[in-house]
Amino acid sequence: MKLPRVARLVCLSVVLAANLLLAACHQDEPPPWQLTNISGHMPDLSFKLTDDQGKTATAADYRGKVVLLYFGYTHCPDVCPLTLAHLHVLMQRLGKLSDGVRILFISVDPTRDTPAVLHDYVTAFDPHTVGLTGSPSDIEALSKRYRAAFTREPGKSDGSYDVSHSSGIYIFDGNGKARLLATPADPQDKMEHDLHLLLSTGERT
Amino acid sequence: MKSRFLLLLLIAGLLPITSLQAAQADHVTASHAWIRLLPGNLPASGYVTLRNGGATAATLVAAHTDTYASAMIHQSVQEVDGTSRMTMVEHLTIPAHGEVSLAPASYHLMLQQAARALKAGDNVDITLDFSDGSQLHTRFLLRPANAVDIN
Repeated sequence: MKLPRVARLVCLSVVLAANLLLAACHQDEPPPWQLTNISGHMPDLSFKLTDDQGKTATAADYRGKVVLLYFGYTHCPDVCPLTLAHLHVLMQRLGKLSDGVRILFISVDPTRDTPAVLHDYVTAFDPHTVGLTGSPSDIEALSKRYRAAFTREPGKSDGSYDVSHSSGIYIFDGNGKARLLATPADPQDKMEHDLHLLLSTGERT
Repeated sequence: MKSRFLLLLLIAGLLPITSLQAAQADHVTASHAWIRLLPGNLPASGYVTLRNGGATAATLVAAHTDTYASAMIHQSVQEVDGTSRMTMVEHLTIPAHGEVSLAPASYHLMLQQAARALKAGDNVDITLDFSDGSQLHTRFLLRPANAVDIN
């Protein structure tokens, strides 16, 4: 059976239009992030703290790098090391691309986390990790900037104490713009996927 | 003479069976026991998978070891606002014919103040104490800080 010429033309134009529409959509579509997109919802990376070498460190020192910001403390035996171990695996999976990434571990327990303690701690996980500490007020200001709450729990009889803290990982592009939020529960594949995207396109935007 | 000997054998054979039925620890097997070793003298976490092959529940109430001054059962809790915190656990029940994992971001043994210098690859013996007073001696492997979980 042969379709009338007009009908065939209509079919063809519908298909063409659909293709064009799809192409247009594809161009305007934001990058298909698998983590939570926080672009425009969180302030740029900005801080002045002390790194684990005892030197002053500011956000400008990490321009050109994709930054993974994580709040934690060294006396946290379970969730913090788990997160850092997972980030280490992620760096290994990224291979050479990991040179473009820095993991910033911000201590929410600056009283106990001196630069020296932080240095031994972060180097036990991954060479791309920098430990940052500072005055309690500077740390509090930074955590408030990213709405990352932390609370010092009541002390125990032996003088030790725990700190409850946000477990999110804030991801910034090479220009210091907040882009994504990951949680420790997010699968490695999602983080690897989004970091690949950020590392290939993020620095040009 | 012969029947007496048989009776003795029977009694000797029965004794361990009765004690086996009473002790929770005898029904529990431990696997994948490891500790994430952290630098300095930072508190570390111990993880282990406990399987209860018995017909009644077993309840873990404490742990102790010569290697650390303190060993406590803790649980990491993730709040709805994304905050992570730790709570003490008084009893951890392993259901009959069931399994409970002490695993990262969940139940764990919080180990503080090591009595000796430790390195990855070493073993640490920890005794798990159950509610009926029975004990399970478990050997934990020290793994590096950046090891990924096997539980």
